[in-house]
Amino acid sequence: MSAISLQGLDISYGSAKVVEGVSFDVAEGESFALVGESGSGKSTVLKAIAGLAPGWTGEISVLGQPRGHRPGRGFARRCQMVFQDPYGSLHPRKTVDTVLSEPLQVHGLGSRDARVEEMLRAVGLDRRFRFRYPHQLSGGQRQRVAIARALMLEPKVMLLDEPTSALDVSVQAEILNLLKRLRAEQGLTYLMVTHNLPVVGFMCDRMAVMNRGRVVEIAPATALHDGSFADPYSRALYAASGGTAHD
Amino acid sequence: MSAPLLSVEDLRVSFPTPAGRVEVVRGLSFDLGRERLGIVGESGSGKSMTGRAILRLVRAPGQVTAKRMEFEGIEIQSLSERRMHDLRGARISMIMQDPKFSLNPVMTVGRQIAEALQAHERPGRRATRARVLEMLDAVRINEPERVAKMYPHEISGGMGQRVMIAMMLIPRPSLLIADEPTSALDVSVQAQVLDLIDELVRDHGMGLILISHDLNLVSRYCDRIMVMNAGRVVESCAAADLHRAQHPYTRGLLAAVPRMHETRGTLPVLDRSDWSGT
Amino acid sequence: MQMLRRDWYLDDAPASRLQANAGRFYRAGGLLLRNPLAVVGGAIILLLVLTAALAPWIAPYSAVGQDLSARLLPPSAQHWMGTDELGRDILSRVIYGARITLMIVALVAVISAPLGLIIGAVSGYFGGWVDKVLMGVTDVFLSMPKLILALAFVAALGPGIENAIIAIAITAWPAYARIARAETLTFCQSDFIGATRLLGASHGRIILRHVLPLCTSSMIVRVTLDMAGIILTAAGLGFLGLGAQPPLPEWGAMISRGRVFILDQWWVATMPGFAIILVSLGFCFLGDGLRDVLDPKQGGKS
Repeated sequence: MSAISLQGLDISYGSAKVVEGVSFDVAEGESFALVGESGSGKSTVLKAIAGLAPGWTGEISVLGQPRGHRPGRGFARRCQMVFQDPYGSLHPRKTVDTVLSEPLQVHGLGSRDARVEEMLRAVGLDRRFRFRYPHQLSGGQRQRVAIARALMLEPKVMLLDEPTSALDVSVQAEILNLLKRLRAEQGLTYLMVTHNLPVVGFMCDRMAVMNRGRVVEIAPATALHDGSFADPYSRALYAASGGTAHD
Repeated sequence: MSAPLLSVEDLRVSFPTPAGRVEVVRGLSFDLGRERLGIVGESGSGKSMTGRAILRLVRAPGQVTAKRMEFEGIEIQSLSERRMHDLRGARISMIMQDPKFSLNPVMTVGRQIAEALQAHERPGRRATRARVLEMLDAVRINEPERVAKMYPHEISGGMGQRVMIAMMLIPRPSLLIADEPTSALDVSVQAQVLDLIDELVRDHGMGLILISHDLNLVSRYCDRIMVMNAGRVVESCAAADLHRAQHPYTRGLLAAVPRMHETRGTLPVLDRSDWSGT
Repeated sequence: MQMLRRDWYLDDAPASRLQANAGRFYRAGGLLLRNPLAVVGGAIILLLVLTAALAPWIAPYSAVGQDLSARLLPPSAQHWMGTDELGRDILSRVIYGARITLMIVALVAVISAPLGLIIGAVSGYFGGWVDKVLMGVTDVFLSMPKLILALAFVAALGPGIENAIIAIAITAWPAYARIARAETLTFCQSDFIGATRLLGASHGRIILRHVLPLCTSSMIVRVTLDMAGIILTAAGLGFLGLGAQPPLPEWGAMISRGRVFILDQWWVATMPGFAIILVSLGFCFLGDGLRDVLDPKQGGKS
């Protein structure tokens, strides 16, 4: 059973088609990247899987269950998402504690105190941060909170939308290490959207290159080592990112 | 080497907070000739404030002090606001991060570039038009006549940034400050824009200050690099010697970037206790 | 004891929910106290509340007791604000009137602010036809002058202080609904709302727990600023004889009765007029101060 399976996915905003005929499968436990430039439709695919971009047709299934067009309670326990902007993804008037307790409240889960503390430890945040507001946290700390929130319901599949592109490189390294460790510890499946090819090389097993709403190529991450891409667009993207073929 | 274009000594920028004044730039000194200087640092390092302080664009309650801040032998700090206004744009230009916020949405691209020129000199209508088209051509816009009639929302981000560059360079300044000029752009466009800036700077014999968070990018496009952390320069070296950097902060930054040929299991994380003695 | 210490409030790493919230209010309070206008406004409102609460003890005379031998006396040591046409002490009536004013203000706020908030938030959050219907209704109310609309309601419901309050509340909510909708629209597409939806939270929960708390600060500011208008509308209704009925010492009604003597016995109409001005100003000052503290982006920072 594949963790995420897309078949002939079309997404339109109004009359404009932004994604056309996207199909791929992500195996359970795999880390898969969607790469492309702005406007390639990569983030929209992620939103459609999450149920936040309702105008799609085609087939999406997550862990064998077909997806509806909206977020749902059952889906929430299986799949969660981390957003790009750590400044926009946390409610400005809620403490870390409230943010992390909320998923437990929504799903009527008990022993909240213990779970919140445990999750803070898992994402490497000190207990001191538990009752802080987002404005008292740095960008990296906020992203840790957002990751913790996504993991509170113990999902198996994580959608990551450029989780480090708004962060400084030294903080990016910390968050990437964290995501890698969490995946190993909890057996997670990642679907990560990014424009940063070296990050793919560090984090992912396979990648789909997107251009203008279509997947032009699906390649193993090892293609980044030697630039062995088949599609001319992928090769151009690779070259622009500072990759040099065959060295 | 001839007299420096820009000479800064002991530049300090501070902001008041409830806990007292906090310095975001603490005693920065450097000389810039007709060369390309890169200022690198993470957010909060004071790199952007440095660029703004040179143009006297730090708004109150921010406070700028310096022992000396001379541009072409003129002390910038003692200039009147009027003289400063003439200097900005005409002699020193600045390219900001996102063209979307720097271009006027209800004015055509051509008129905006023309205005940038007319703010500082008064060529005739014909001459202005010729200069605008020539400049658009110089920033490698294919059909200058057509693009000059377009509005900012009709052009892409990369083209917008090229239009910005055209606006900044048309009065022929002798110093260009580029603050993260490409971080809002796609990778494939980034290189084009930077190559363009690089070429124009060389052709006109200008000085360039490139402010960025990206060490590798700066090392590719600059002659000299200053690495800033917490308002201070921790390391200053020739771009070619970057890989031989000594300071643990610089080394940490370099190591933390994932590489294309990545084989490391975990990325090394900066241990900030290493150097921040304060 | 710990709660009295400054560090406890300003602790960067609060140890409990209580401390985190207390710290937030402490900081906002501190900002408010540094704003001179807000302090003046706050002091006036505090004075109003104290006057209303302690009216029976501080008023020198009864508010309704008549003394026809002391009609229309000018301000003096005995009657600081003079007496009216029935020989009642105006100071005492103004003091008792504070109770009525406070009641009107509080009830209108309690009825119209939450109503406007919920209608606006629902409208902005769902969009589509819900938005069209709700905003259509809102526009109908907004398109009529407030006082005229209130007059029509009072005329239909019958004169009296309760009906005046209901009428004012009905005319006040549409403005709040508009603001709440605009605020909701700005952040209902934001990631934190998306993240909460992904957690499986219901629409009701998102509106109540996530959208409304973000609208309330601007709502508090707006309501405070509107208080002056509400007091004036209430006074206007009282002046027209459609608000509080005699012998209730409502300020607007007092001015209305003093109108007859305004040339010879100026104090009868002027004294309650001063009270209205003072309280309206107080609310305006406080509202401005609150705006600077609660949303610094809009604040009149020059």
